[in-house]
Amino acid sequence: MSDSESDSTTTTAENRFEPATPNVGEKFDPVALHDDTDDFDLRPESDSCYKCSTCDTNCPVAEVDDDFPGPKFQGPEQWRLKEQSDDEDHEIDDSITECSNCMRCDSACPSGVSLSQMHNTARGEYVDDQMSKRSLKYWRNRILANYRTSARIASTLPRLANAAMNFGPARWVMEKTLGVTSEREFPAFATETFREWWQARGGAAASKERAQARRRERGEPVDADKKVAYFHGCYANYNTPEVGQAMVRVYEHFGYEIVVPKQGCSGTPMFANGMLDDARRHADITVSSMSDLIEEGYDAIASCTSCSMALRQEYPELFDIDGIETVASNTFEAVEYLRIHEPLRETVQSADIDGELADEFAYHAPCHARSQGLDRQAVELFGDLDGVGIDDVGDSCSGISGTYGWKEEKYETSMEIGDDMFDHMESAEGDTGLTECPTCAMQMEHGTGYEVRHPLELLEAALVD
Amino acid sequence: MAIESEVLVIGGGLAGITSALAAADAGADTRLVSYKQSTLRNASGLVDVLGYTPSGDGPVVDPFDAIPSLPDAHPYRTVGVDTVRDAMAFFDAHAPRYQGHHTDANALVPTHGGTVKPTARYPASAAAGLASDDRDTLLVGFETLPDFNADHAAAHLESAGVPFDVRGVTVPFPGDLRAGAKVTRYAGLLDANPQVSVDGTERPLRLALATRVADAAADADRVGFPAVLGDDDPAGVRDALADHLGAAVFEVPMGPPSLPGLRLSDHLFGALEAAGVRIETGNPVVDADTTAGGVETVYVEKNGARIPNSADEYVLATGGLVGKGIDSDRDAVYEPIFDCRIAHSDDRYAWFDDDAFGDHAFAQFGVRTDDTLRPRDDDGAAAHANLRAAGAVLGGYNFAAEHSGSGVSIATGYAAGTAAAEAIHDE
Repeated sequence: MSDSESDSTTTTAENRFEPATPNVGEKFDPVALHDDTDDFDLRPESDSCYKCSTCDTNCPVAEVDDDFPGPKFQGPEQWRLKEQSDDEDHEIDDSITECSNCMRCDSACPSGVSLSQMHNTARGEYVDDQMSKRSLKYWRNRILANYRTSARIASTLPRLANAAMNFGPARWVMEKTLGVTSEREFPAFATETFREWWQARGGAAASKERAQARRRERGEPVDADKKVAYFHGCYANYNTPEVGQAMVRVYEHFGYEIVVPKQGCSGTPMFANGMLDDARRHADITVSSMSDLIEEGYDAIASCTSCSMALRQEYPELFDIDGIETVASNTFEAVEYLRIHEPLRETVQSADIDGELADEFAYHAPCHARSQGLDRQAVELFGDLDGVGIDDVGDSCSGISGTYGWKEEKYETSMEIGDDMFDHMESAEGDTGLTECPTCAMQMEHGTGYEVRHPLELLEAALVD
Repeated sequence: MAIESEVLVIGGGLAGITSALAAADAGADTRLVSYKQSTLRNASGLVDVLGYTPSGDGPVVDPFDAIPSLPDAHPYRTVGVDTVRDAMAFFDAHAPRYQGHHTDANALVPTHGGTVKPTARYPASAAAGLASDDRDTLLVGFETLPDFNADHAAAHLESAGVPFDVRGVTVPFPGDLRAGAKVTRYAGLLDANPQVSVDGTERPLRLALATRVADAAADADRVGFPAVLGDDDPAGVRDALADHLGAAVFEVPMGPPSLPGLRLSDHLFGALEAAGVRIETGNPVVDADTTAGGVETVYVEKNGARIPNSADEYVLATGGLVGKGIDSDRDAVYEPIFDCRIAHSDDRYAWFDDDAFGDHAFAQFGVRTDDTLRPRDDDGAAAHANLRAAGAVLGGYNFAAEHSGSGVSIATGYAAGTAAAEAIHDE
């Protein structure tokens, strides 16, 4: 071994590599490889990649599009190429816009490389530096990414908006001019948003009273420290307030008082379109209000798995905002939080369900739930619930990936990715879909015609009178 | 509160899967948590027990025969040869597509580099390719799949003195995939068997591929392809090609990402679900609370949030230095979750040998256990009454040199999972 050899081995050649002699001291001169910069240093990510290509075999886009180079190229390889080139003309490859930001590569990588961080960073750079701000595609993407803005306007006159948005000739014009596919139906806007419902119900003060009453019934201390801040996101506010309402009722049932703070869009559609400045503006709002509440002892809860994904992972990976780490480490998906803090498994085992939701469900795990380790949660939980059946429709991606499947040129790819899921849904027992993600729900409905529900609605039906 | 189960297995590789299956089969309410997707997806899909002795002799003819002569510290000696046999029988029962159980002797399987690997079990897809078989062989490579060079592999096999004629041929894959297309693209297309255009004629992909190879295969009794022959229906793809070619068809196992590894992983995760094991992947276990009575709780970390998981019995199957079950810095080698003792020199220049292929100390780094696979503390006693270790996190053997990685994972995983379930019944 080296101990005995280090005495007998002498350097014969000046330049011989001699690992037994520590390479430290005077001759060791650490040099800075890069100029000082505020950007996140992706070098460790790149260095950790040993090019096994497992990410590529998990990429749903690469699975159907042979020309897409895949996450290994988009992430570590592209980063190295850029760092290598002395002239500054190495551009981000156009194919970065083909990535749907499903983030499956993250959970595939055996070496812990945060591929999605590299993709989001590269896409942001591509849009900033290489995409014409006068192109229709830029504005189409910007409009899609800023769904919250359109939704806010539309929901002031929801009935009119619902009619107008799915008016055939208007959709034809949208496809021809903007490149928004006319194949899909726009989701309906609720006549009363979640926030309107919440205010009318009495807001946080009423929630506190209800929570205290429930604690008394449950034999818990009335002043128990059970309080959460709800991040409803855009969709549960404008389109499916019933999901937000279910969240409120289920949490109050377990004695939690709820606040609904000021919040922006989670940023998910903006990351996917490289609109990082827009995302940053929204993140500032959410982080500011959420981090204050967390200091006061609240935990942040999201019902959409892409929203919880953004707050937990993309925020600290992409932005440097005061309190952002605090928000990331105290954000939870709604059912996950109850699994940790309440005897949810036992509660569900002793419950049963009747009425409209006593049904067979075809459950699809959204990719962003997968990345949080939540892909089997619903099946595990509801497998124990009397009165419902639940079939996992497999581990394929739904293909819509938020705004991706809304783009005229991506529509076919999106549906091809979704094919596996549609087949599995058709062969599953039930004719009702179940998923945590609003855009996966759109795709499930679009591909099969099934009505799609959220796990919180099932919990509400099972547990709340 | 915590997420609770009777047996908690940490790690989703072959050792973790086997532990969880064994515990669940023995009636325990079992949960498996894995940092990432199973590393089995990167494995060749061959399941070895012992290919070479620690002193480098081999290939070993009968691995079970060689086990009693292994050093005392070897994990096979800890569990004993009878348990290794029971464990392999357990694997066989759960992996019906695997062959090699008809004999104790190792099979010799040609690899994509043209070497011959001694292995105890192999997927049915590799069965017609064994190097002990004297049928003349054609190896087929695809122009767009640089990971397998058929001429090169054939030349290597020939110079290794295999008892058959072997030639290589490289053809364009019908349908013209781009260079470097994912192996799963090939497999998916061969599963679907779509119409492809070859020289202006439309025909099903499998037939088109067989036609491209037919001339070169005229004298061959068997034809080997890189291991991309289907994911959902590999037997169907092989049968169709064999029909068209009038010769036996086999797959040559490849490096990562590997279809035989993917198939085995998918199959065993299906078995876990069927056995009622609850599974969570995507986040690492980073820490544990322990008392004199044993491990109380472990923590799964998600972006800074710590999710408590508690169980009566725990199995540590987090892998070795590559799998991150064992880590090191400039001062020490350590096991990051429970801080189990890892024997190593204080001088880090003693951790390796100057010769790249020499006898590296790091190759045997790992936790050392008592007879029931419980990691020992500094005094040699079991560190925690309810913690057992399995697979590459164990020390005392060099799986890369011995070709014993799968066998040790299966044997110790089976022993640890079974013992964990028994401990619960005894309570």
